[in-house]
Amino acid sequence: MANIKKPSVDAVLVGFGWTGAIMGMELTAAGLKVLALERGENRDTVPDFAYPRITDELSYGIRGKLFQNLSKETVTIRHTPADVAVPYRQHGSFLLGDGVGGAGVHWNGHHWRALPADLQLRSTYEARYGKKFIPEGMYLQDFGVTYDELEPHFDMFEKICGTAGKAGNIKGQIQAGGNPFEGWRANEFPLPPLASPNSAVLFEKAARELGYHPFPQAAANASRAYTNPHGAQLGPCNFCGFCERYGCYMYAKASPQTTLLPTLMKRPNFELRTRSHVQRVNMSPDGKRATGVTYIDAQGNEVEQPADLVVLCAYQMHNVRLLLLSNIGKKYDPATGEGVVGRSYAYQLNGGAALHFDKDQPMNPFVGAGASGHAMDDFDGDNFDHGPLGFVGGATINCINTGGRPIQQLSLPAGTPTWGAAWKKAAKENYVYQTSVGSQGSVMAYRDNYLDLDPTYKDAFGQPLLRMTFDWKDNDMAMTAFIGSKVEQIAKAMGPKHISMGFKKKGEHYDVRPYQSTHNTGGAIMGTDPKTSAINRYLQTWDVPNVFVMGASAFPQNFGYNPTAVVGALAYWSAKAIREKYLKNPGALA
Amino acid sequence: MTDIPSPGRRGFLRRSIAIVPAAGALTATGFVAGQQAVAQTASTAATPSPSAYAPSYFHAQEWAFVQAAVARLIPSDDTGPGAIEAGVPEFIDRQMEGVFGHAGLWYMQGPFVPSSPLFGYQGKMLPREVYRAGIAATDAWCKQHKGGKHFAELAAVAQDEVLKGLDGGTIQFAEVGAKDFFTFLLQNTKEGYFSDPIHGGNKNAVAWKMIGFPGARADFLDWVQKPGVHYPLPPVSINGPQG
Repeated sequence: MANIKKPSVDAVLVGFGWTGAIMGMELTAAGLKVLALERGENRDTVPDFAYPRITDELSYGIRGKLFQNLSKETVTIRHTPADVAVPYRQHGSFLLGDGVGGAGVHWNGHHWRALPADLQLRSTYEARYGKKFIPEGMYLQDFGVTYDELEPHFDMFEKICGTAGKAGNIKGQIQAGGNPFEGWRANEFPLPPLASPNSAVLFEKAARELGYHPFPQAAANASRAYTNPHGAQLGPCNFCGFCERYGCYMYAKASPQTTLLPTLMKRPNFELRTRSHVQRVNMSPDGKRATGVTYIDAQGNEVEQPADLVVLCAYQMHNVRLLLLSNIGKKYDPATGEGVVGRSYAYQLNGGAALHFDKDQPMNPFVGAGASGHAMDDFDGDNFDHGPLGFVGGATINCINTGGRPIQQLSLPAGTPTWGAAWKKAAKENYVYQTSVGSQGSVMAYRDNYLDLDPTYKDAFGQPLLRMTFDWKDNDMAMTAFIGSKVEQIAKAMGPKHISMGFKKKGEHYDVRPYQSTHNTGGAIMGTDPKTSAINRYLQTWDVPNVFVMGASAFPQNFGYNPTAVVGALAYWSAKAIREKYLKNPGALA
Repeated sequence: MTDIPSPGRRGFLRRSIAIVPAAGALTATGFVAGQQAVAQTASTAATPSPSAYAPSYFHAQEWAFVQAAVARLIPSDDTGPGAIEAGVPEFIDRQMEGVFGHAGLWYMQGPFVPSSPLFGYQGKMLPREVYRAGIAATDAWCKQHKGGKHFAELAAVAQDEVLKGLDGGTIQFAEVGAKDFFTFLLQNTKEGYFSDPIHGGNKNAVAWKMIGFPGARADFLDWVQKPGVHYPLPPVSINGPQG
């Protein structure tokens, strides 16, 4: 295949999901000539997510038609640095995105701002509980950016998405019906909350009567017709029950396609090239500046794309792998604790209770939206006293009904046989009456949970796969045990016929088979010290000033929230710094 | 399940049928035409005959195994239709020839290292190869331990014992992982039972009707807060109403 060299651009974006679309909008608005390189295919609501084809559970929900094709590239996984990692051969624990819009197409739209304390976690814990409270081997860090600095960008991303919700704190005034623990916000949500399904109505009542503070889940699923600041129009969600793992046929779920691309794709200084798989960031001979990227196009040509500014906008793992393949930043070494790229990989530790009701209380589980239901934040972040409990972190607890797709979402009481006549009878008797109460829990960063390049396995182009070394730690298991006791209390108060608890226990190891969370974080974390972070507070790499890294790879540790709103706000925060500071003086911003 | 007020029901039916895509019979719009289309489909759709489908991947002995095995995993009884009425064997045969059978979207580069089940299927064999080897090994095991008979020739109770042995690890094979084989078989059986009828299983949406899943209707704005009310409408497929 030919080697091609393209004319230079001002900025090249690697990956075209949420952060690529945000950066594309912001940098073209600043007058830059911007090129986005997306390795997957182009996708849009029509024809790719159109009804009725999108309601095919087998093709989308189970076979993963919209997910990354792992036959070309995956990640390897092991539990400890002493183990041999094996490939993540099939999708399970997390669902990697692909194509235009990335995982921003097949998310559920749970829209959470970080708590102020989440962004300054080490400072918060040291001040309240003392330095000794933080266990040996745990890397607790501040983000290096504060809630007050991010507030306008959280606000902007909510307006872009047409987020439906109820404010709990407007400029310091606690609002009835919202989340009283949230950070202050300048404005109410752009749209009123989604209606809650039968199950969440029971959850809200049970939680409230127990003295907790339930509120409607903020949803990037439009509750009304909405026009965003760029003029993109969203339609109201119709609770179709095909949200996560699917594209939205109703133009109701916020995605790059429904919110930003209608404007961006028309700008003359913007270009998108799909099926363009970036292999590495190219460096100047002295290693101090990036000169652009090299990618393989759909025909297999190797293409050199010069650019003045390189912004990595791929998924968390892919951003980290590109830094490692391009030798940008010092690689992390768990033996010494030195180095930064690959450091602080984290995840989430979730649990849930399956509830089954009597015949007079149908839950109609197929009536669902990605973020329809109620949540509570009483045991999340530092919203409660950790002192007597002895662990760091927490979880949101919720009752959210995303759908009742029977292959994936049929839930049966614990102890039901997995096949045969008894299984079938239980399916018939329970399906309509099923619901769940779930928890989404934080996972901290640890010295020996990290990312590097695999020494054995290669991708379709012959480059090493990323290797994940990860297992559960006692601190996080203590958190989930505590949360499980709260979930059980609420579930009982909802009055079901049967409750089946599903919480992990100390001593259990990470199982990659069942779906858990596509909220992988870290590996290129942000911070204020180049010895413990890969990028500065503006998401700029410490070592190479014309390379910026977006995404949840920037999180120093994970929290009990879905990450997308923070990822979006950080992209706007970084774009502002590029526009107002970097372009005037293209050097290190911190 | 008719506890919804009738004016709303009529309006809702009209609207939800109107968004069902072009089923051949559904040429007119409106509630009455929709009802006729449903009735027509019902009268022409005979109970599916498993023998009517000619498998493309499985040969005769394997086909007999697949039919016998899925008939035990989801049996036919008074509760509702089993895997055979639902066309699960056809579904599995079609999966063998598709992306799943060929592991088309899975990372299948070596080395293949024996590892904890927590890391998922790590075998070199494609799912279709696991089926072929697993069926042969199960039949050979049955001939040796069950009086010279193939699995399909055994009584239901004996078949259940063999399936439990594959599932629980008391039956092991040298050629293929017995548990891997059983895991694919059970997963695909449930997929064939519950997936949209366009994939060859869940004939006439029999499994959806049994549990109460409306299938491809996917439009429930009027149903978000209806405590105590059962959803009244039968399922539809991507290809339209199912008799």
